[in-house]
Amino acid sequence: MATPSRPVPVLFRPFRGGRVAKHILLIGFGLVMLYPLLWMISSSLKPEEIIFREPGLWPSQVTLENYTEGWYALKHPFGYYLWNSAVITGISVVANLVACSLAAYAFARLSFPLKSFWFAIMLGTIMLPHHVTIVPQYIMFSELDLINTIWPLVMPKILATDAFFVFLMVQFIRTLPRELDEAAEIDGAGYWRIFIRVVMPLCMPALATTAIFTFIWTWNDFLSQLLYLNNPDNFTVPVALRTFLDASSDSSWGPMFAMSIIALGPIFGFFLAGQKYLIRGVATTGLK
Amino acid sequence: MTEVSVAVKPGRAVRPPARGSHRSTKRSRREARAAYLFLAPWFVGLLVITIGPIFASLYLSFTDYSLLEEAQWIGFDNYVKMFTEDTRFTNSLWVTTVYVVVSVPLQLAFALALALVLDRGLRGLSFYRSIFYLPSLLGGSVAIAILWRKVFGADGLVNAVLAMFGIEGPGWVGHPDYALGTLILLHVWTFGAPMIIFLAGLRQIPASYYEAASVDGAGKWRQFRSITLPLLTPIIFFNLVLELIKSFQSFTQAFIVSGGKGGPADSTLFYTLYLYLEGFKNYDMGYAAAMAWVLLIIIAALTGVNFLASKYWVFYGDTK
Repeated sequence: MATPSRPVPVLFRPFRGGRVAKHILLIGFGLVMLYPLLWMISSSLKPEEIIFREPGLWPSQVTLENYTEGWYALKHPFGYYLWNSAVITGISVVANLVACSLAAYAFARLSFPLKSFWFAIMLGTIMLPHHVTIVPQYIMFSELDLINTIWPLVMPKILATDAFFVFLMVQFIRTLPRELDEAAEIDGAGYWRIFIRVVMPLCMPALATTAIFTFIWTWNDFLSQLLYLNNPDNFTVPVALRTFLDASSDSSWGPMFAMSIIALGPIFGFFLAGQKYLIRGVATTGLK
Repeated sequence: MTEVSVAVKPGRAVRPPARGSHRSTKRSRREARAAYLFLAPWFVGLLVITIGPIFASLYLSFTDYSLLEEAQWIGFDNYVKMFTEDTRFTNSLWVTTVYVVVSVPLQLAFALALALVLDRGLRGLSFYRSIFYLPSLLGGSVAIAILWRKVFGADGLVNAVLAMFGIEGPGWVGHPDYALGTLILLHVWTFGAPMIIFLAGLRQIPASYYEAASVDGAGKWRQFRSITLPLLTPIIFFNLVLELIKSFQSFTQAFIVSGGKGGPADSTLFYTLYLYLEGFKNYDMGYAAAMAWVLLIIIAALTGVNFLASKYWVFYGDTK
């Protein structure tokens, strides 16, 4: 195969030990990568005193104490913050699906004056760093007395400002055959009916990608929740975790790890359930 | 873009001019009205959440504004202060630059290397893909940042492992020389997402190229340099632009790992973290707005330079 005379960098040399060696290497590397995560899971099940003394993964003693202690460590039980996060995330997902698909349908299928101008503006907003708008947005929401409500967090989604999803759906709708729309139109369907009955059902893959990524981003989002939610009564999971970290100032690792695992749970669940769409979404769009 | 009118009059523009036949004018008016209705939420969002605030922040960047008193017009003072007096600002710019310049190439190198190993005919590909992708999904969360702070703490996991080899490690996140390094490591750890994009790119390269090259006696390294790398340059470019833009805006990790202060000794004071502190802790909104505009200019310039430079190294096979 390869010319034996020239030295070849290790990475590209055919594995002499064959596939087994390659698998062992990959599994080893994967273990190193996931080690911190696995260690956090195992530590969340260990009694406080042995967490530091045991870098190993298998707990010599198992306890759920960290979970019960962490659950009640803050002003409200942790389920309260999970609920707050769930409400914001749920509304964001639905809002993004509705608002972005409406805009995408217009861009992909309808013609109207200044269309390419507006489309260019929409693409431009994808690149825009969020920080350019946060100061005036904060001032605006504070003038409207909406700090410590969910509005600053969900309003941008209701108004389709996640332009990437609009773009994603435009690209997707463009691949759908126009004959379907035309057939429906001949049958007397209006734009609204075509949108609901013809285009949307065919858009499922793009909608799923949008839903999954909106969920994960909103669930993980920290900066806007930190800015707009200052009252422990409407803290979300990330903000609550941060308060926990500050309050316990590095003393109670076990409960903190336990709550961190709970915080990651929904993302992990989505990862397992929507893996196919997730991977495809990243591969084709660069969303991550 | 096909419309009924196009079918009738193939020679004309796609959108019939305003003085077209009565029928098509009525139809296109109806269509435009529908389009603007569908776009209504987006238009409002564009105006209220995006464009309005952009101009407002440009205005604010020339003022002294604390949210409590009226904004005072001070001209370029904020910008001048940034680059001449405020050493914390220049430091934060430096810290962020180091972070971006070190972690992005490292992350992409890992992503590409793993994508190459995983590429063709390997059993369990989807399993490995998932394992390596998982950190990308979780990496931006507060929970993982907390984990990182603990793992690299003075009595954390890393030092516990080092102790088994008789090495006494420093308190990584508490030491100005190492704290930024731990954040870089966290970023590199999330190489899974660009890896998946690389994998998708590799799949586009026809296997026949490799077969032909191998018939001509090209070894693996030669094939990589002459086939894989050139054909992958558009994907490398895409990942590079995306990661640069994203990592310039990193916030959560530095915030959590440094306890919201950017320490020790401002060694992890990321640009956006400093912006947050100035705007929302010191309530110097004008200054924060000016910082945001400088960030916008940096990102725009960087992206522009990237696109210009891409002419010299990105190879688009299909534009020949």
